[in-house]
Amino acid sequence: MRKDLEEELREQAHPNRLKEYPLQESEDLCQMNQNNNQIIRFEEITKVYHLGRIDIPVLNGVSCEIKKAEHVAIMGPSGSGKTTMLNIIGCLDKASSGRYFFENRDISSFDDDALSEVRSRKIGFIFQSYNLIPQLTVLENIEMPLFYQQVDEIKTREKAIELARMVGLEDRIRHRPAELSGGQQQRVAIARALMNDPVLILADEPTGNLDSVSGKEIMKLLCDLNERGTTLIVVTHDVNVAKYSRRILKMLDGRISNED
Amino acid sequence: MKISLVHLIRIIRHGWKNIWLHKLRSLLTVLGIVFGVASVIAMLAIGEGASYEARKMIESLGSNNIIIRSVKLPSDAKTQQVSFLGVYGLTDRDLRKLETIPSVIRIVPAWEMEEDVWYYDKNISARVVGTLPEYRDVMNLSIKTGRYFDEIELQNSEPVAIIGSTVRTSLFPVEDPIGKTIKIRSNYFKIIGIAGEKVFAGASESFMAEDMNIAVYIPLTTTKLFFGEYETKKGSGGIRLWERNWVQFHRFILQVSETDKILTTASLVSDILGQTHKKQDYQIVVPLELLRQAERTKRIFNIVLGSIAAISLIVGGIGIMNIMLAIVTERTREIGIRRAVGAKRRDIINQFLTEAVILSASGGVIGVLLGILIPKAVTKFAGMMTLITPWSILISFCISVAVGITFGLYPARKAAGLDPIQALRYE
Repeated sequence: MRKDLEEELREQAHPNRLKEYPLQESEDLCQMNQNNNQIIRFEEITKVYHLGRIDIPVLNGVSCEIKKAEHVAIMGPSGSGKTTMLNIIGCLDKASSGRYFFENRDISSFDDDALSEVRSRKIGFIFQSYNLIPQLTVLENIEMPLFYQQVDEIKTREKAIELARMVGLEDRIRHRPAELSGGQQQRVAIARALMNDPVLILADEPTGNLDSVSGKEIMKLLCDLNERGTTLIVVTHDVNVAKYSRRILKMLDGRISNED
Repeated sequence: MKISLVHLIRIIRHGWKNIWLHKLRSLLTVLGIVFGVASVIAMLAIGEGASYEARKMIESLGSNNIIIRSVKLPSDAKTQQVSFLGVYGLTDRDLRKLETIPSVIRIVPAWEMEEDVWYYDKNISARVVGTLPEYRDVMNLSIKTGRYFDEIELQNSEPVAIIGSTVRTSLFPVEDPIGKTIKIRSNYFKIIGIAGEKVFAGASESFMAEDMNIAVYIPLTTTKLFFGEYETKKGSGGIRLWERNWVQFHRFILQVSETDKILTTASLVSDILGQTHKKQDYQIVVPLELLRQAERTKRIFNIVLGSIAAISLIVGGIGIMNIMLAIVTERTREIGIRRAVGAKRRDIINQFLTEAVILSASGGVIGVLLGILIPKAVTKFAGMMTLITPWSILISFCISVAVGITFGLYPARKAAGLDPIQALRYE
């Protein structure tokens, strides 16, 4: 893992611990000031999947910038590469070429551990199929992200209960995911995504499996979070979901074809 | 990032929860380890018990001793069954010759017979041993109460006796036997001492050991005076026949000066006796040699046991690996979720490795409990002596943990190597 990132992340996790900030080159510093409120920058990102002897290009040189506290929707037909783009943004996948800056840091060359660390400290995921762990209770599911940061158990629990209350599920914390409705499960997933105080929330079709009423509730929750300053990126087919965001990236054949 | 102890405990607790969720499956998985560990402990305990018994018995013969026994040859028994007088065994001449061997410190001869020993209406069939006062030293005989007979009583052929502990309990359950008189054939002997109990259960005849607890010791001269040198035995066969044999000594106990000289002395003894005895009507027992043989046997036993145990533990380990692989497949999606929320590869390895080790270690614990119970049951129902050594428990438990690590590593690495995106998509 890259030392400087680890140190920085640790410092953010424990602000009272004094750490010498690694000296940056002046050019770098300039750029930092210039792009101070920029969280994501893609520079000619490509992604090619190798299926046996056949290469399948999914992203063909995507460049874009996303600012802090923005609410962006990514739309496009199936196979246009929007989920792949989301995975790369979320550090679950690595680009085949191009540079990816996250909080002004080029993380395209980060190894698996470093990317895990970024996910652990900075990013919250929300999936179409909720992706809760069935054998764990609601509370345990919410607590999970902090488990890997080795945060104190009592603090973790307090925070998880607080988040469960925020999404309106404090009376369901002992239930298992299978005992909840789809809308409730997605709210658990949102609480889990917020557990690590992320700067970025990535939602992949968050309302895809929900009825319109629950979908609206979920979107309202997400928009509230965005208003409080968390960057939100939503991948969706649904125009009604995209309507909530101020900026829509339309993708076609592995490129951003249009931006509203 | 290092794992703190608190976090490790949390990982273990999580792993335990997952295992507890599928109790039956987990139990079936660890069965191989359970039986492997239990059989190692139980078989070692039985083997250890048997060898301990053998060692005790051989040691009771005295490790610096050579024992020569008179043996009645079977062919003699057949031809002279009815009327002929049999002559066999060790004689006074042998005694004088053997005394000339320099490495022999002393020779204690003994004359023995099986007789009913009476005290009023109670009786017990005991081994009556006529011997010298030195017998006590060479055989490490302890005297619990009273005393052994001395040189003067030997010279005067006094009718005194020392009884073994079993004789005491059956003839004198409550009374103090010292000073009482017991009857052998038609002669009366005064009890002057009681021998301490020699502990060994289930006497194995193969070691030629005598059960010293069912014995009555009297001075050699007294035996000659009262019973002569003829032994009278109930013959074998359907019809009860009495046979009489002339035997001067039943047993010589040679005490050798140094342990190193035992084997050479034994071959010397064999040469000397071979000169005068036409038939081999004697047997030379070297307890030290028996001891070494017993140790060799034990070593082979342990190797065989070890291989069986190793095989069963490997089979148990493969069982765990198999289930762990199935669990990894079953929980592929969970792995994807955990990776998405920030788990590193190492975290996933830790999680699944911990589960495998918990499985195998709990199998080890059950196996240890079972392995302690089985020897106890064997002792209770089969009467065999068993000896559970702490290191056998420790080693077998450690092996069970090691099996968990060895066979859990591959599934855990497989889990950690999954691509998070594909794992999240897994149905």
